[in-house]
Amino acid sequence: MTAAIELTGITKRFPGVVANDDVNLTVERGEIHAICGENGAGKSTLMKILYGMQAADEGTMKVNGEIVDFDSPTDAIDCGIGMVHQHFMLADHLTVLENVILGAEPTRAGGRLDFHGAEAHLREVAEEYGLTVDVHQMIETLEVGERQRVEIIKVLYRGAEILILDEPTAVLVPQEVEALFENMRELKAAGTTILFIDHKLDEVLEIADSITVLRHGKTVATMKNTGVTAHELAELMVGSELPTPTTTVSTVTDEVALELRGVTVLNEDGRAAARDIDLVIHKGEIVGIAGVEGNGQGALVDAVVGTAHVSSGTIELLGNDITHDSVRQRREAGIAYVPEDRHHEGLLLSSPLWENAALGHQTQMPYGSSWWINREGARRQTEAIREKFDVRTPNIDVAAHALSGGNQQKLIIGRELTSNPDVLIAAHPTRGIDVGAQAAVWDDIRAARRQGLATLLISADLDELIGLSDTIIVILRGEFVATLSPDEVTPRDLGAYMTGVAFQEEAS
Amino acid sequence: MRKSALVIAAPVGAFVLTVLVSTLALLAFGSNPAEAYGDMLGHASKLETQVDILNRATPFYLSAVAAAIGFRMNLFNIGVEGQYLVAFLFAAQIGGLISLPQVLHILVIMVVAMVVGSLYAGLAGILKTARGVNEVISTIMLNSIAVGGLLAWLQQEWQAEQGETFTSTTLGTEPIDDSGLLPTINGLLELVTRDVGQGKELTGMLLLAIVVGILYHVLLNRTRFGFDLRASGINPFAARAGGVPPKRMVLAAMMLSGAVAGLIGMVELADRGKFPPDPIQGLGFQGIAVALLGRNNPGGMAFAALLFAFLDVSSGVLDSSGAASREIAVIMQGVVLLTAVVAYGVANRLRERDEAREAAEALLVERAAVPA
Repeated sequence: MTAAIELTGITKRFPGVVANDDVNLTVERGEIHAICGENGAGKSTLMKILYGMQAADEGTMKVNGEIVDFDSPTDAIDCGIGMVHQHFMLADHLTVLENVILGAEPTRAGGRLDFHGAEAHLREVAEEYGLTVDVHQMIETLEVGERQRVEIIKVLYRGAEILILDEPTAVLVPQEVEALFENMRELKAAGTTILFIDHKLDEVLEIADSITVLRHGKTVATMKNTGVTAHELAELMVGSELPTPTTTVSTVTDEVALELRGVTVLNEDGRAAARDIDLVIHKGEIVGIAGVEGNGQGALVDAVVGTAHVSSGTIELLGNDITHDSVRQRREAGIAYVPEDRHHEGLLLSSPLWENAALGHQTQMPYGSSWWINREGARRQTEAIREKFDVRTPNIDVAAHALSGGNQQKLIIGRELTSNPDVLIAAHPTRGIDVGAQAAVWDDIRAARRQGLATLLISADLDELIGLSDTIIVILRGEFVATLSPDEVTPRDLGAYMTGVAFQEEAS
Repeated sequence: MRKSALVIAAPVGAFVLTVLVSTLALLAFGSNPAEAYGDMLGHASKLETQVDILNRATPFYLSAVAAAIGFRMNLFNIGVEGQYLVAFLFAAQIGGLISLPQVLHILVIMVVAMVVGSLYAGLAGILKTARGVNEVISTIMLNSIAVGGLLAWLQQEWQAEQGETFTSTTLGTEPIDDSGLLPTINGLLELVTRDVGQGKELTGMLLLAIVVGILYHVLLNRTRFGFDLRASGINPFAARAGGVPPKRMVLAAMMLSGAVAGLIGMVELADRGKFPPDPIQGLGFQGIAVALLGRNNPGGMAFAALLFAFLDVSSGVLDSSGAASREIAVIMQGVVLLTAVVAYGVANRLRERDEAREAAEALLVERAAVPA
């Protein structure tokens, strides 16, 4: 029997990074196949290639034994591949039926919509796969789990036989996860092939027939789900063969730089994104926050930087209460910030480098004052940053978008560290940059630490966390659940804590 | 080299294309293009016409600067129209009721106009920051409220008693004393040219418009506030992370835009001495077009304002000379705007690509220089 999907030698490069490096993947017909890997391991890129959203630079794809070449998702859909994205793509003010047929509307003579035919077909599909849903309900009245079911039905309605689910459990509460798994088993029984991305290992072990692990863009293992343990998987995911960016001598002092007491941050829904956080960072200390993405790291960062409202608790910088200070006041008081996404929060892409270097420090010398911008001062300072942090650029008047990701990041690190801050919030400081730039960024952070900088480091790169941090704290569902010493913890242990496996093992 | 060529290529390309399309339009309507262009240019070479053009360009320019302040931070203040009309009315009414020495009188009227324009624009700013109402929607609605509501009502309330007949000369607010009217600057112009005939008067607001243009440039490029404003326009999230308070900036930009809008009506006020029953309308919308054509750049907008004013004045010329129908001027305004936007877009993309390539080359050269 030919495999449903067979990928050979898939390689995809982006400027400065190789997202997929010679990836091989075989998915048998009618199985549930899990793709595991850390953030940035290349899972999403691989799925985008398979779904025709991006083209691979090298490699071949076979679907049901035939070589295919997708230019767009439409081609993939024609081949019977359907994808359910992590972020739902549904129109809130339309009914389930309207959403399902949106983009594939059946028409009768004269271009009128054939709702009856569509409904009959929809019911047929839903029944065949055992998915229950009220076709006339508005999407806005549905729970998250139900919306996801609508997304799945939408894909099946279009005749998909191979389903790609991108982190389907990320948005679900445990009961909904159970329901989803029940649905997945029914789909499998009906002959559907399911490929899903997940990094919660207990879930993978529960539902998958086969598992493929990606690390740094490479396939490191493919196995049947028989006798594999979560620990073995975690080890494969994070690896342990890489040299760690070790911080040698401790420079931690007794002086408290940043202190959070009982800080709670609510998200838009009014739920606690970060709950009752207590945190102390001393001068010369790097505290690393480990956690699977979306467990409250963002809320924690926003609370300290000042872009999120703290609903309870206090934040102190060098003993001064800054809980209600504005971002500007905090920056002037000595907080520096390297944002998670440099294009989103870090740079003015169409502005020259010297203006980018001034951003965040425009009220401070030498960039400017409360009233004026000092162009000469700003330019001189930018030249200094370019020199010291090795920002490769023809000059400081080019727009920021012209630089490679690594050089953009070096500019940001440079501008934040040159202001001699007391506290640095570094969110994924080396994400998506090449190895050389990564090493440079690590060196810069370590050098600043020797000067007494207190750093809050958020990273998905466990080697980076263990290598740089003086203390590692694990965050899970918005709460600090463990404090670990980087000297004693391995990436494998850390993976177990982050995914919650460690606590289950302790309990049993 | 290539960079500076691109800067010039865009406007030149747009101009050539505009002339081409206009010529085709003229031919299609059975007019003689050479004759029409000849009439337009011939007329514009006269000093009196040039005064007309400057008088027309001045409110265009002020209106463009008002719109551009919003545009630079991605705020679409479509309400310049309503803001200037309301400001004009209030300034005229208050100016007519008080009597003060000359300089002070003018100053009070200007300040009232700016404050009223700024407050009216501020309403849209507050709606956006407090309630998240899109400023496009709110300013369009505020325009309707200004014209259909406030003006209609207050024009009646503040109608000065001026005898029995009701004509455009007797209607309107209380006429302002001469001490409150900005003097014309014919004298200044005549220093460099001959005497201006036909009773044409060059508005003193021209000087103020130039000052506003310079202040606009300094504000955006030299002050911290201008930096914050531009940063918010380019990337509001990066600006916020960089300490720029987003809500305060929205309100400040909106009110500043309204304050400049308040000055637009001062050109007509100086000319007519009151809020007339038939004020010139549409200047707020023309300003948006001028700002777009001038790329929010102080010099570019001055050029665009002059071009639009020239075309406006020319339409009257064509009408009387019979060389072509007056609508050709409107067609040309539309075409020049469209082609300019496209040409700038193309030039921008080319420039970005050049920059990226240069940066990549710099990287390669440096790598090659380092021995392996």
